[in-house]
Amino acid sequence: MLSYPTVRASLIFVAVAIVGLLFADIAITASNPWRDLGNFFLGVVTPNFFSSEGLLTALLRTVAFAFVGVALGSFCGFLLALVYRLLPVRIFCAFIRAIHELFWALIFLQFFGFHPLTGVLAIAIPYSGIFAKVYSEILEEADPEPRRLLPPGTGMVAAFLYARIPDCWEQMRTYTAYRLECGLRSSAILGFVGLPTLGFYLEASFSQGLYSDAGAMLILFYVLIATIPLWVRPKLLPVYILAAPFFLGDGLPIVWGNVERFFTEDIVPAPLRSGEGIAGLVPWLNDLMVNEALPGIWNTVLLTQVALVATGILALLAFPLISNHFGGPVRRTSGHVFLVIARSTPEYILAYILLQLWGPSMLPAVVALALHNGGIIGHLIGRQTNTLRLRPDAPTGFNRYTWELVPRVYRSFLAFLFYRWEIIMRETAILGILGIYTLGFYVDSAIQNIRFDRAMVLILVTALLNIGVDALGRYIRRKLALQTMPTC
Amino acid sequence: MSGFDLSGLKASFGGERVLGPLSLRVREGEQVALVGKSGAGKSTLIRLIHEQVGRNSSLVPQELGLVNALPVFHNVFMGQLDKHPTWYNTLTLIRPFAADRAEVKSLMDELGLGEKLWIPTASLSGGQRQRVAIARAIYRNESLLLADEPVSALDGPRAHQVMALLRDRFATSVIALHDVELALQYCNRIVGIQDGLVELDEPSDRLAPSDIMSLY
Repeated sequence: MLSYPTVRASLIFVAVAIVGLLFADIAITASNPWRDLGNFFLGVVTPNFFSSEGLLTALLRTVAFAFVGVALGSFCGFLLALVYRLLPVRIFCAFIRAIHELFWALIFLQFFGFHPLTGVLAIAIPYSGIFAKVYSEILEEADPEPRRLLPPGTGMVAAFLYARIPDCWEQMRTYTAYRLECGLRSSAILGFVGLPTLGFYLEASFSQGLYSDAGAMLILFYVLIATIPLWVRPKLLPVYILAAPFFLGDGLPIVWGNVERFFTEDIVPAPLRSGEGIAGLVPWLNDLMVNEALPGIWNTVLLTQVALVATGILALLAFPLISNHFGGPVRRTSGHVFLVIARSTPEYILAYILLQLWGPSMLPAVVALALHNGGIIGHLIGRQTNTLRLRPDAPTGFNRYTWELVPRVYRSFLAFLFYRWEIIMRETAILGILGIYTLGFYVDSAIQNIRFDRAMVLILVTALLNIGVDALGRYIRRKLALQTMPTC
Repeated sequence: MSGFDLSGLKASFGGERVLGPLSLRVREGEQVALVGKSGAGKSTLIRLIHEQVGRNSSLVPQELGLVNALPVFHNVFMGQLDKHPTWYNTLTLIRPFAADRAEVKSLMDELGLGEKLWIPTASLSGGQRQRVAIARAIYRNESLLLADEPVSALDGPRAHQVMALLRDRFATSVIALHDVELALQYCNRIVGIQDGLVELDEPSDRLAPSDIMSLY
């Protein structure tokens, strides 16, 4: 077994996570966590849909922000995909997608304030970077033969429309639909920084202990996501996209003086602003690195590695739930429901809920990341096993799992896991806003203290860390010859 | 100019010479059948000729090169994308013009696929797909045809019908064929390839099937 590179790589990652656990701060600090958890579940099963009229508005705003943000992101992403060959474009896209939606929102909040533009750009900018990368990969994979056969003198546009787009259309459509679902999640969590979407009301209900209100909100959110195939129809799409900008709400007007001050004063490093010049910059940067960036990086990496392995274990345990190689329809239905809930709940909301119930430590973050990402990968792998045809006399039960299925899907499982590595790290950094000492914590504190210069440097550090992990993940996938299409 | 005169044609794969060096001169009006064992180098020769004569030839490659998501009509229409301005092509993608429809329809009727004009090529059978690629080459309307086993997936009578159509539509052609009968019946010159070299080059009326069998 140890001679398999995939097994060796897995064991190295497990070992790193175990060592990481020794340093990680894993504890339940709340005085009565199980009672709180019980109350919360009681709230979910006794949802109160009528407590506040804000609920429907919040739902509408969540959908509106998602539509405008994703539509704008997919349009810009498509244009960028056409010139993605150019190195500066690739670097630019890697950079904008390495910064989490919430970080973008925190930045825009400082100068646009609570204007709808803040929420729209917070989604559209990182999504443009992601769309550019994925669209260009899909376009690359189009069969080159039809292009070679076109008569010489065919215009570039015609060649593109006939020989490239039709081949990619289905895949681009599927991916964009998947991204719309992600956009709904992103839009929901933007409420946690004050935009008028679901997260805002969820936080308000939670802080007042109104678990039934919170439960109603979560249930509506799941229904919204689960019914996407019903209400997002190709014919209705233009209507939604044209209507969405009118449902973003008014917010507060932009104060252009703030915008100017942000760029000319706020983000200029303090020593430069106070006239100390370059000489003052070194101790300033040194202090920032030693006291904030390094501890932030250490905790982010630690939490990411532990959460990555927990995600993998959960995915391997969860995929039989929806695999039709086991058990009956009842188990599969409940398995589907469990995985839909796990993957529809944004990590951030899961972590927020668990943090409220268990008290601050890395544990809620690890569980939240593992549940969400494990749910996604478990779903994809489970679906993949349903396409496998086993010989009629294949073993059943646990032997079928270990001998027939896991060996067959392990490579794509690893591919998905390494693909999500960067995503897990992005989320880990952002969970710091909830009070776990990852990079997001230091970014959030710097913003609270109105030290935007420090916040910008820390966001830059976070982006570079993400780009680094993305590159490492790609290197490992290439080394192990793992292939995956970007569908998760 | 639909003939060509090429020399020094050669190709290697993985460091091993698979074709040539050989010369081939085809005059206007010559319809050449390339025959030989599979792996002898016929496909490679067709590809080399296509690269050398520029793209002013109608090509039917073995892998067809269809855009599977597009209907039959658009796959055929692609043969004349260079004849129209971009707006015309873009509009055709959404809603084809009546004149083009009629033209493509009559061509597809000749090939027995008139009923399938609006079906995506992905859902056609192998033989039907092959005829779509042939229709695209005919629609392109060059005087030189380069085709690599264009009728390999067609049954007897249909293969004869298509070969006759190709003979009538293209004054000059180079067609790789494994069917010796078809080669003798529809081409006026036979070039036999063996181990990457020309082993036989005669007008068809001076050959009998047995002369060609020695290549196999």
